[in-house]
Amino acid sequence: MTKFKLPFVAFTIALFLSLSPTQSKAEKECFEKVSRSVFKFNTALDNALLGPVARLYNKLPQKVKEGTGNVTSNIGRLLSVPNHLLQGNVSDAADSFGAFTVNLFFGIGGLNDVASAYLEPTQEDLSQTLGVYGVKNGCYFVLPVLGPTTVRDTAAMVGDTFLDPFATMTWRQKEVLNETFNKSNYVLYKGADAIDFRGDNDTNIESLKKNSIDLYAATKSLYLQNKKNKIENSTGNEEDGWGNLDK
Amino acid sequence: MKKLVFIFFIFLVLNNNKLLAYSSEPKSFISELVTEAINVLSDKSLSDEKKTNVIELIAKENVDIKALGYYTLGSVRKSLDQSILEQYNNLFEKYFLKSLTSRLSEYSDQTFEVTGSEQKSANYTIVFSNVKGETKSPEIKVNWRVYTKNPNKPLIRDLIVEGLSLAKTQKEEFASILNSNNNDVAKLLDRLKEFINN
Repeated sequence: MTKFKLPFVAFTIALFLSLSPTQSKAEKECFEKVSRSVFKFNTALDNALLGPVARLYNKLPQKVKEGTGNVTSNIGRLLSVPNHLLQGNVSDAADSFGAFTVNLFFGIGGLNDVASAYLEPTQEDLSQTLGVYGVKNGCYFVLPVLGPTTVRDTAAMVGDTFLDPFATMTWRQKEVLNETFNKSNYVLYKGADAIDFRGDNDTNIESLKKNSIDLYAATKSLYLQNKKNKIENSTGNEEDGWGNLDK
Repeated sequence: MKKLVFIFFIFLVLNNNKLLAYSSEPKSFISELVTEAINVLSDKSLSDEKKTNVIELIAKENVDIKALGYYTLGSVRKSLDQSILEQYNNLFEKYFLKSLTSRLSEYSDQTFEVTGSEQKSANYTIVFSNVKGETKSPEIKVNWRVYTKNPNKPLIRDLIVEGLSLAKTQKEEFASILNSNNNDVAKLLDRLKEFINN
């Protein structure tokens, strides 16, 4: 048995569950009570750790913040390349790879986003790719620390670690151009990405916490709306029942 | 003296009308309204209470709060007694205004630009805008769903921030509360009262 066999089996089972017609309703919960408890834990963790760290991060000089955001975004483009290709978007894959390469070599390792003057690459991951091929969300649940997800997105998250060249280089320690990275590089990247995202959205997240009468449901709605928009490349301006209001 | 009071009254009415009268063309309507709101929020000579009052006044006149409340409540509204529906409308307006003023005070340092619009139907136009903070924070795309059934009096029905509909999010929050309480609207009203009184 190879070391990749277990994640592959888990991925296949999860994907099968997503494809099952009984799981097709996006709003369906896998185990709401457990998810609500996990969500409470995550919110407490955010209040105690991630939120304060993100606010400290926001106090750093703008150049440092911008540089961090640019580096994490640039690394993220590596994952977009295979996903664009899987979706049959060769020119988008070329844009993502081009932006990554230009920023790496001419943007001081990705600190400056020089490519944005010429290219507009979009971020794609395996959950979007599966969505494009018609794989439904499956039921919704919340993972400790990692947050909201669905059966499809969890399977895709595992799959992404195999598709992502950066994960292959770091998590699986594959040597590239005589350079060896390790798992801590991957953890550092993911941590920086999370803090950068949390810092950018601090006002909105705190406002949501303060103004929601059911924060769990609000977070679920935002997560699923965002995922749907990304898969459909839509802007969220659909009618969504507004037409029925005037009948 | 009576004359002086009358002139003062006329001045107040005109002044308030100036505050509330915006263009009926959706793009200009949003642009004028939001610019006015940002000016109020960033005016250091105004107390927080005064700012809240003015923003509430602008919202009451230009947001279709009642329709937003019905949308948020979903299909349950069709089975409700008129008295409960009125109670809901009343609580929803208070909930909406409290939530809005609390949010807006955090966005007083923003710059705002309307970038375009798209007529979706005879009743709806989406106005596209970009919002940016003073610092080099990322630009945020905010779309406004404007109800144009009465072309002379456009009304805002939803805000779509980076593709995320605030009305839809609120609707799903309310649906979650109703679902976990056997569609008992009284429980939802209790939650709204709790939010308003906190």
